[in-house]
Amino acid sequence: MGNFKHFTNGIFKENPLFVLVLGTCPALAVTTSVTNGLGMGIAATFVLVCSNIFISLLKNFIPDKVRIAAFIVVIASFVTIVDLVMQAFTPDLYKALGVFIPLIVVNCIILGRAEAFAQKNSPFASILDGFGMGLGFTLALCVMAAIRELLGNGSILDIKLVSENAKTILIFILPPGAFITFGYLIALMNLVKRKFNI
Amino acid sequence: MEFITIIILALFVNNVVLAQFLGICPFLGVSNKVGTALGMGAAVIFVMALANLVTYMIFNFILAPLGIDFMRTITFIFVIASLVQIVEIILKKTAPALYQALGIYLPLITTNCAVLGIALLAITKNYNLLESVVYASATAVGFTIALILLAGIREQLELVQMPKGMKGVPIALIVAGILALAFMGFAGLA
Repeated sequence: MGNFKHFTNGIFKENPLFVLVLGTCPALAVTTSVTNGLGMGIAATFVLVCSNIFISLLKNFIPDKVRIAAFIVVIASFVTIVDLVMQAFTPDLYKALGVFIPLIVVNCIILGRAEAFAQKNSPFASILDGFGMGLGFTLALCVMAAIRELLGNGSILDIKLVSENAKTILIFILPPGAFITFGYLIALMNLVKRKFNI
Repeated sequence: MEFITIIILALFVNNVVLAQFLGICPFLGVSNKVGTALGMGAAVIFVMALANLVTYMIFNFILAPLGIDFMRTITFIFVIASLVQIVEIILKKTAPALYQALGIYLPLITTNCAVLGIALLAITKNYNLLESVVYASATAVGFTIALILLAGIREQLELVQMPKGMKGVPIALIVAGILALAFMGFAGLA
């Protein structure tokens, strides 16, 4: 039961995007459609879980002074794997996400979890923590992407929900819409957390 | 002429923060005061230009000839991290005044995704060495402009009454959204 808490922690109470405000760059850039948001979330979760396992296994061998450099090398290796796999199997998604796939390296969530969790805990707990945080990040991306895609394009997962000639609020899939949606979602999260004392 | 196009595109039309979403963390983190925003901006300009110079040479003289260009992410992040360390040490020895001014912002830059992002983008745009450095410097100046604008507005927002939940990051993001809207007006320049 104690271990299960590591898993649920990341989904709501310490949601990496809405509560800790980490990983904001990909969140703003790729949430123009739910497909892109989901792809980014899965890629980041994969890197997060794998690097958490490795760092947790290697924690006794990495000297304290060079630990950040060592973490970055581990993370960058997995990002390169994701980069090559996506280039080969999902070329459309790869093109849509663009430079933000290699930039998973500098996603603060992953380095943050390595530093705050994986280097102090067992591999099993680290896997749960990685999955929880990854799921929280993916869910947050999907919520934001759903709002932006629905308002800006009138569709969700590329399925049109409004009639063809209905006018949509285009600004929501453009950069300003990203900032404004994100701002209101964090404000909403603050409100909910205070109302229910979580 | 080409340089002017690169500079105007990087400064306004494709502003690194407001249009490309790179470097959002420092954009939200150090935009409380205009003074700190200036310090951070100066450090970013310095490191970004230097990082593009070094990564350009590494990519074109080492990675591309050996056919291992898929290694660029891992090499670039390592180069940038070491570069920041070296710059810090050199500045401390040779220009203590500058080090005092930039000191605390330098280590923060390693995690600034704009530095890695721009180094990677410059490679995909096939710029030559000089164009690549000009592009990086102009982008960093664009970052500084956006940072100072937001900091100026946030200083005023301190004095305004607003719902508790909106304070801090949420209102900063909404202000950034309005700034981005204003910057979209520059799209006609392209």
